[in-house]
Amino acid sequence: MTALMLEGILLTIITAATPLLFASIGELVTERSGVLNLGVEGMMAMGAVIGFAVAHSTGNIALGVVGAIFAGMAMAALFGVVTLIFVANQVASGLALTLFGLGLSGLIGDAFVGVPGAGLARVSIPGLSDLPVIGLLFRLDPLTYLAVAITIAVSWFLFRTRGGLILRAVGDSHVSAHALGYSVIRVRFMAVLFGGACSGLAGAYLSLVYTPQWTQAMTAGRGWIALALVVFGTWLPGRVAVGALLFGGVSILQLHAQALGVGVPSQFLSALPYLTTVIVLVIISRNRALVRANTPAALGQSFVPDR
Amino acid sequence: MRVELVRRGERSAAMAYLSPLLALLLTLIGGALIVIVWRLSTVDLSNPETGGFFGALQQGFVDYGRFLYVFFIEPLTELWSLEELVAKATPIILVAIGLSLCYLSNTWNIGAEGQIAVGAITGSILPIFFPDWHGPLMLPAMLVLGILGGMAYAAIPALLKIRFGTNEILTSLMLVYVAQLFLDYLARGPWRNPEGHNFPDSRPFDDGQLLPTLFGTNIRISLTFVFIAAFAAWFLMRWTKMGFQIKVLGQAPRAGAFAGFSQNRMVLLTFLISGALAGLAGICEVAGPIGQLRTSVSPGYGFTAIIVAFLGRLNPIGAIFAGFLLALSYLGGEGAQVALGMSDQTTRVFQGMLLFFVLACDSLIFYRLQIVRNPAMQTGTVSS
Repeated sequence: MTALMLEGILLTIITAATPLLFASIGELVTERSGVLNLGVEGMMAMGAVIGFAVAHSTGNIALGVVGAIFAGMAMAALFGVVTLIFVANQVASGLALTLFGLGLSGLIGDAFVGVPGAGLARVSIPGLSDLPVIGLLFRLDPLTYLAVAITIAVSWFLFRTRGGLILRAVGDSHVSAHALGYSVIRVRFMAVLFGGACSGLAGAYLSLVYTPQWTQAMTAGRGWIALALVVFGTWLPGRVAVGALLFGGVSILQLHAQALGVGVPSQFLSALPYLTTVIVLVIISRNRALVRANTPAALGQSFVPDR
Repeated sequence: MRVELVRRGERSAAMAYLSPLLALLLTLIGGALIVIVWRLSTVDLSNPETGGFFGALQQGFVDYGRFLYVFFIEPLTELWSLEELVAKATPIILVAIGLSLCYLSNTWNIGAEGQIAVGAITGSILPIFFPDWHGPLMLPAMLVLGILGGMAYAAIPALLKIRFGTNEILTSLMLVYVAQLFLDYLARGPWRNPEGHNFPDSRPFDDGQLLPTLFGTNIRISLTFVFIAAFAAWFLMRWTKMGFQIKVLGQAPRAGAFAGFSQNRMVLLTFLISGALAGLAGICEVAGPIGQLRTSVSPGYGFTAIIVAFLGRLNPIGAIFAGFLLALSYLGGEGAQVALGMSDQTTRVFQGMLLFFVLACDSLIFYRLQIVRNPAMQTGTVSS
């Protein structure tokens, strides 16, 4: 295998992993605060369509990305109001968010079906980008760098700052955090908004970089895979990043196998990422001690402060 | 000034009935916003001929009136669309009844869409491999196979949860994609009709392999399954110990454990019941309105049923009313597409919005809203 081919495969793996990384890091922060938001798929779809629409009508991709962030946050705010203020069931509300987001993105995106979009140019870091093979890591698109930066920042925030400690306290025992005087609802709302912003970014990456166009249901279950990645990574940013690369690899494996004409029906190859998700979840869940050590103890529980 | 939730002394019986209606009302208001904004976005606001912004706004209100008519009234005015309504409501309600039991026991099967697909596949085995068999046992055998297929497929996430503690929400949903892809493979590949001019469909089922219709209409016998299932589920919840166990384990798992009820057994049981009903819905689609196996057998009925289950208050009888309402949203969405040129996604927007409002309004059963004035703002001073 030539170095060029290897580079090509590595590049496709990274581009496939980036949206997963965005979405799962955002959801990780949300879940660390004790909120399970199953609406990632819906927020991603909205990010994708708003990102594309803004970039297309202003001709500015950066504005599109900002628009996608706001779209994801708006959807997350809706979820936050329903689950945190109206203490509705988080699982059902998350499903509602997914259905609503997929529908609304289709409604908005109707005008943009078949419109060609402009991809995001890659950024080369001088000096490093000329290195053989690993030089590739220094000529990626800016959003991929952003994803890596967010992952590192989240890791630092959660485990090295006071704010992160409060966030984790709220997620582990909202009653204790409330008794200590922290506003559980406010902390959770911020975490939900951060998750929404990241899902919006993931969507923008899909419609502006990965396949620079808008198609109906283009998220294709990636939001759900991102949710599984958080479990796979046992709520730790570094492991989630590894998981994102692994899943990027699986989805690329499928594309390459199809291109090489492997004698397996294409549908079976397309089912690979979903089957892998199930298998990986089983393997990680078997180790109950590992999962229990990092699962936010109050995950999915509603909180109504006593007044 | 802000709004806070305050726990009621006891659950409000009035709100239990009012909250779905309130949710519907809020959805209609939200729908008005969407239709008007959509109209504003399609009109050139600077063009004086369309009356500028206010002209477009007025047009938006007119559109919403028409929208309400095509969405909620028109489908009820003609026999064929009423038949269509029943045909769409049947699978949705069947699935929703099973899901209600699941959600009552705090078990989360959200993969009914995949169980529908598998029920359609396993139910189609006989007519595809024995196309010439038209005996009286054919149809019952197809239905049983469909039910078993749905059950078996639903058992996977349940067993994984029991054995390994795997999150059933994620596994059941992932299996939806797998089932749909497998169905797609069968319909395009080995099960494609050799005389079908390369269309990705199986051979059409014929007499004895299709569900009979009732009273000379297009309404099929599967409608009676809905009532049987609803009655059985109601009886189970109201009069049996198992129904009691479902409720206890759903609302107070620890109390259930002390009473010796098995959480694991309940996970498996509720998954099997909901899988069976989803499988039945699947085979009733292919042996009914569709009449053959296709690459897709359901336009999201398995997900719509989740909304129906909640809108129906997780009650089998409630699911019937909610199911007809949501079936109406499918027909209404098609109507809005034809009459106003809106996207076919309108249905899903409405469904998602409705579920949101239903969930939020449900809080009003146990809580009431109280407007709290911020004391600092009242006096206009900030004490330090």
